[in-house]
Amino acid sequence: MPANAFNGRTDYGIGIGLRVPHYGHILEQKPVVDWFEIISENFMCGGGRPLEVLDRILEQYRVVQHGVSLYFGSADKPDREHLKRLKALVKRTQTPWLSDHLCWGSVDGTYTHDLLPMPYTRAAAKRTAAKIRHVRDYLEVPICVENVSSYAEFHASEMTEWEFLSEVVEQADCGILLDVNNIYVSSKNHDFNPYDYLNGVPHHRVGQMHIAGHTKFEKYLLDTHDHPVLDPVWQLYAHATRLCGVTATLLEWDDRIPSFNEVHDEALKANRFIAEARAPRKNQPAHARAR
Amino acid sequence: MPARVDSLRGLRAFQRLVKAAVTRPLAPGYRMQHRWTDGRPMAAVAAEFIKPNDRLTAFARLEIYNRMYWFRIIDSLYEDAPGLRAALGERKFSRLAVAYLTKHPSHSFTLRNLGSRLEEFIRAEPRWTAPRTALAREIARFEWAQTVAFDEAARPVVTPADFARANPARLRLGLQPYLSLLALDYPVDRFVLAVKKRDTLRAEASNATTSARPAKRIRPVPLPRRERTWVAVHRLDNMLYYKRLDAPSFKVLTALRDGATLDRAVAAAGRGVTPEQVQAWFALWTRLGWLCRRK
Repeated sequence: MPANAFNGRTDYGIGIGLRVPHYGHILEQKPVVDWFEIISENFMCGGGRPLEVLDRILEQYRVVQHGVSLYFGSADKPDREHLKRLKALVKRTQTPWLSDHLCWGSVDGTYTHDLLPMPYTRAAAKRTAAKIRHVRDYLEVPICVENVSSYAEFHASEMTEWEFLSEVVEQADCGILLDVNNIYVSSKNHDFNPYDYLNGVPHHRVGQMHIAGHTKFEKYLLDTHDHPVLDPVWQLYAHATRLCGVTATLLEWDDRIPSFNEVHDEALKANRFIAEARAPRKNQPAHARAR
Repeated sequence: MPARVDSLRGLRAFQRLVKAAVTRPLAPGYRMQHRWTDGRPMAAVAAEFIKPNDRLTAFARLEIYNRMYWFRIIDSLYEDAPGLRAALGERKFSRLAVAYLTKHPSHSFTLRNLGSRLEEFIRAEPRWTAPRTALAREIARFEWAQTVAFDEAARPVVTPADFARANPARLRLGLQPYLSLLALDYPVDRFVLAVKKRDTLRAEASNATTSARPAKRIRPVPLPRRERTWVAVHRLDNMLYYKRLDAPSFKVLTALRDGATLDRAVAAAGRGVTPEQVQAWFALWTRLGWLCRRK
């Protein structure tokens, strides 16, 4: 689904995150990049250098907003001041869609600044979907929700993560930002088959994908975004692309950030897997075939 | 413990419990505390709502989040407060940060605002910074002013023409929201600048050497001695600046900020200030874009 209602019917190709260490290179060298993803919260300020840089980037590039603090799964109501600032930024960037995470991270107005996993229950799905609809209606822009990496599972859960994601996006009638690295990390941490996850979500709702690197510890994987993408994640990405079609894809690299060219080259490796995904189905591994 | 999350109320109760566990201060060694607030073993409490797997107990899984929370917010405060760290030392700063963030957890969607109440906290609980509380308060104010100067909004500036057609007895000017006026008992502007310069040099040096010599001890920046100082922290062309002021011009700017009319603000400068001096101040402040229309 290269272009669908959930990504504003765009066909954006392969992008990278706009990060401070690359500002100088981008503004001076003006490299060819399909698009940049910005972290909305970094630009929801009154003025100064962040907005000056953003305006210069907007003159040259397509920008998509990605957030980390809407907390669709939080029991709290959306914060009006937050939404007002976000809407002002949406008008500035003209983002064709906006993404944030399927998680919670604040309660009673206190923020953890983390992407905490949801208890996968029907009541939580209903609440989350209602909040997504509210935010979308206020911002007047399509929303894609991203699956997060997690390190804990709750006794309260009544379904799998992918069933929960599917339930939420169907109820909210919104899109999915499918983070294949997060699926891989969580699959290792919680002992499920990542291909079951990929096969189990509504593919027509996938408006964007994320790829990233992670770190292996002795007993779990941590989603660190400080490495190149690992091979099993690329394989998942290829499978996701077979299922969903060639979709706007973004490489996340947020820590120990190397040069712009290194990050961009890593992102462009996705082209190889897109080509693989277009290859005849007989080449696919058996475990990866969609149900 | 909320056993079921089958309603909004249940979801809220569940999230309150998890938040309380995740944000609880760490025990020595950066581990999760072994007792819950009511004295029960934390392992048993965690097992009530988190599933274990064959590699990690419920306690260990919860501990990942507990540690990440504290590392994230302390790192953020750490980056915003190089001067305070240098003045207190790393260990004392760390203890201050934990005490502060326990009392004032984030109520903002952005980590940018994390240090907004640090000066207030240092004043209220001087034990964390004694015997350098007075200096620590001023550095905390100064470093928060830098955050404000970096990305606070700018309002439309006033022009010389605005002055020409206005009645000074009625004209009220505003100051840019990103501008902070600080009357200090220590020259913390120079101190923070010296700390940043030292840290920049160290960062550059670390890329220049390939030898395996052990790192030298960090050269401490001498603490400032008492000296009455007036500083404006502001930005120009989106660069951060500290500008020293004298007492009379500081008084004029403060009066303008507080809503005085132009003639009353100028009168605040006191005797001994010439019209030429006042004219020069306003010409400079206009060029710097500090003066704006009030809302």
